[in-house]
Amino acid sequence: MVESGGRGVSRRKLLGGGLGIGAIAGVGGALIGDRLSPDADDVARATSYAFRGAHQAGIVTPAQDRLHFAAFDVTTTDRAELISLLDDWTAAAERMTRGDGAGPIGPVEGDPLLPPDDTGEAIGLPPSGLTITIGFGPSLFDDRFGLAERRPAALARLPHFPADDLDPTRSDGDLCVQACADDPQVAVHAVRNLARIAFGRASVRWSQLGFGRTSSTSTSQDTPRNLFGFKDGTANLKAEERAALDEHVWVGADDDAAAPWLVGGSYLCARRINMTIEVWDRQPLQDQEQFVGRTKGEGGPLSGGGEFADMDFDAVTGTAPSIPVDAHVRVVHPDFHDGARMLRRGYNFVDGSDALGGLDAGLFFIAYVRDPATHFIPIQSAMARSDALMEYLKTTGSALFAVPPGAASGEYLGQALFA
Amino acid sequence: MKRSSALAAVSALAVLAPVLAACGTESTAPSDDATRAFTVNASDDACDVSGDTAPAGTLTFTVTNSGSVVTEFYVLGDDGLRILGEVENIGPGASNKLTVNAPDGDYFTACKPGMKGDGIRSAFTVTPSGEQPALAASDQELVDQALTNYASYVKDQSAQLLAKTSRFVDLYKAGDDDGARALYPVARTHWERIETVAESFGDLDPKMDLREADLEPGQEWTGWHRIEKDLWPAEAGADYRPLTAAQRVTYADDLLANTRTLDGRVQKLTYTIDQVANGSRGLLEEVATGKVTGEEEFWSHTDLWDFQANVDGARVAFEGVEPIVETNDPELAAELTKRFDALQELLDAQRVGDGFALYTDVPPDQIKQLSDAVNALSEPLSRLTAAVV
Repeated sequence: MVESGGRGVSRRKLLGGGLGIGAIAGVGGALIGDRLSPDADDVARATSYAFRGAHQAGIVTPAQDRLHFAAFDVTTTDRAELISLLDDWTAAAERMTRGDGAGPIGPVEGDPLLPPDDTGEAIGLPPSGLTITIGFGPSLFDDRFGLAERRPAALARLPHFPADDLDPTRSDGDLCVQACADDPQVAVHAVRNLARIAFGRASVRWSQLGFGRTSSTSTSQDTPRNLFGFKDGTANLKAEERAALDEHVWVGADDDAAAPWLVGGSYLCARRINMTIEVWDRQPLQDQEQFVGRTKGEGGPLSGGGEFADMDFDAVTGTAPSIPVDAHVRVVHPDFHDGARMLRRGYNFVDGSDALGGLDAGLFFIAYVRDPATHFIPIQSAMARSDALMEYLKTTGSALFAVPPGAASGEYLGQALFA
Repeated sequence: MKRSSALAAVSALAVLAPVLAACGTESTAPSDDATRAFTVNASDDACDVSGDTAPAGTLTFTVTNSGSVVTEFYVLGDDGLRILGEVENIGPGASNKLTVNAPDGDYFTACKPGMKGDGIRSAFTVTPSGEQPALAASDQELVDQALTNYASYVKDQSAQLLAKTSRFVDLYKAGDDDGARALYPVARTHWERIETVAESFGDLDPKMDLREADLEPGQEWTGWHRIEKDLWPAEAGADYRPLTAAQRVTYADDLLANTRTLDGRVQKLTYTIDQVANGSRGLLEEVATGKVTGEEEFWSHTDLWDFQANVDGARVAFEGVEPIVETNDPELAAELTKRFDALQELLDAQRVGDGFALYTDVPPDQIKQLSDAVNALSEPLSRLTAAVV
């Protein structure tokens, strides 16, 4: 995998100071530090992923436990300043994913008369598998920066779907930063410092914290659960499925003549989906399983078998389909969408409680697809139209971004767009 | 109204909060050159410096107070007025270190036991050397000019504040509420322009500028915002009881008396260059924490007057030191000018008549734009002090 590489742990005073956790070479690679039997958490936290590569990290990278996602409005109208921002972000992201500070000097090493160039809350924390993934929203391609001709056709504001109750202050954006890490403080540190670097050039439009990844993106990971209590992402696209990734996730060389800069990149569909948690919790177990189409315990299809058994949509229990016609797994299944699959990378969120005491909670849905017109919009439309789960969902935020390929050595991220 | 003591912009008076965390003249950078390192034994009636001559360069004075009262130590120019560097508030038994960059010339060292008077002075000579300090003599002239100008500005604003406060309290006491309401944000403009100076007087600031939300249990509420609430009673709710004529006199006279005290003190203040630069930064922090959020003028919603006044004061302070920044960091100077202009453009768009739109009438997206512009200015402004000292 190009995204993962062995790196020194730079914020070395970690895990009590003297343990000397070394770097991890690649996913599931060997621990080469001097500590013999680290637990899984230690391994995860010592892991670092290179920022540069053919594809951006944070897509097929094994999903980390925590998310801080931020969308930005570009506030400058100067193309050169936008480029300088991407250049500065690239340098900072490369440092932070390595486990270093956001700036070249450091949180406590600089001139006492100057504010530090790193905010300091990650002092002593290991890289924690941090990935920083940057994308461009449709609005970036208006008349401000001379990019209109380079907008890929598929990069248009997502349409209104039934049951959307979108808050404009939680939707859209010119730029996005997806920071994922196994330590929430490391993810927040990344977004905070990138936002600070952006002042005067871009300002945060909205941001979202997430916890408890709701998808596995590698066969090495167990399938996690969403806040409905069900396993989520069993049939997700995984890093190991190289051919399927090329078919469903990475933008191909011939996909869009207007946007050769996006080849090797992807589209990021973000949806803030609130769950009416308290109402859901009152549903009988049998009904919950019928809505989803899987058992709640093991996660097997209602047509029988274990978690990874194939769905049998023709199976009948009594006189009715074993997997109901409005069950979530049926409505969104690739079999009914020309085989379209997506790489989901969502996170649970709980933003405290609402005024009535209910949880302000749900799923911050993230999917990476090769083309939203074929791989996201039709599926979302079908779901909005006929999915039994919709009764318990309300989408409050929505955004689409084009995620350029990874930056090569010496390049800033997205450089081909401005060439 | 100040909520933190760390941003004090001004010192020099015995009544001040004693800690000046941001004071740039107290440096920890040591000089390892014995010919430029001195000790000072400061007692109640003597100021013994371990030498009276040094080669030009970075000089350090380690001052120990062996006396019984708080003291200060200064290095003064040959006119005995210009302050090259100072350390303040050295308690009995305590030590502090002063680092100054001194070009060749004649100077005075001075201790001020009790922090009063001209101090106990001795001549001090700096001889030419290959190691000239960062600030050449011509730059020192720029600094002197900036300090003189800034002191004049603050004095002038303070005088105008006193004059307009006097008119304001007369209108209020006379029951001319329309007149008082019209003058309220205009008079406060002079306070907000020098807010970092005014609020450095820890005894006066709470009496003059405390917001109701910041009251401690049992604390009496006086000052501008007490009167503000009384002038905008509709905002205060149905169960608000307007102040009686006698109460009006009490609060109005108290505000005027405190303003007079403030003005008397301000007229005697002098500044150091880092204080001017920190004052500029501090005023933008006032904007970011109180004005752009609409918290300062809770009853009148005249926050944008204060906003503009804070920016005025910050800009005056910046422009005073701008020639120095131009020398040391021309890119920073250019960026600050650009960011001040951009913020001013947004503020100008909110002008209504002689004043501004009420905060509650400004749409959220325009508030966000103002906030973005404040952030865009504040980030480079946070590097100003390092560029002038």
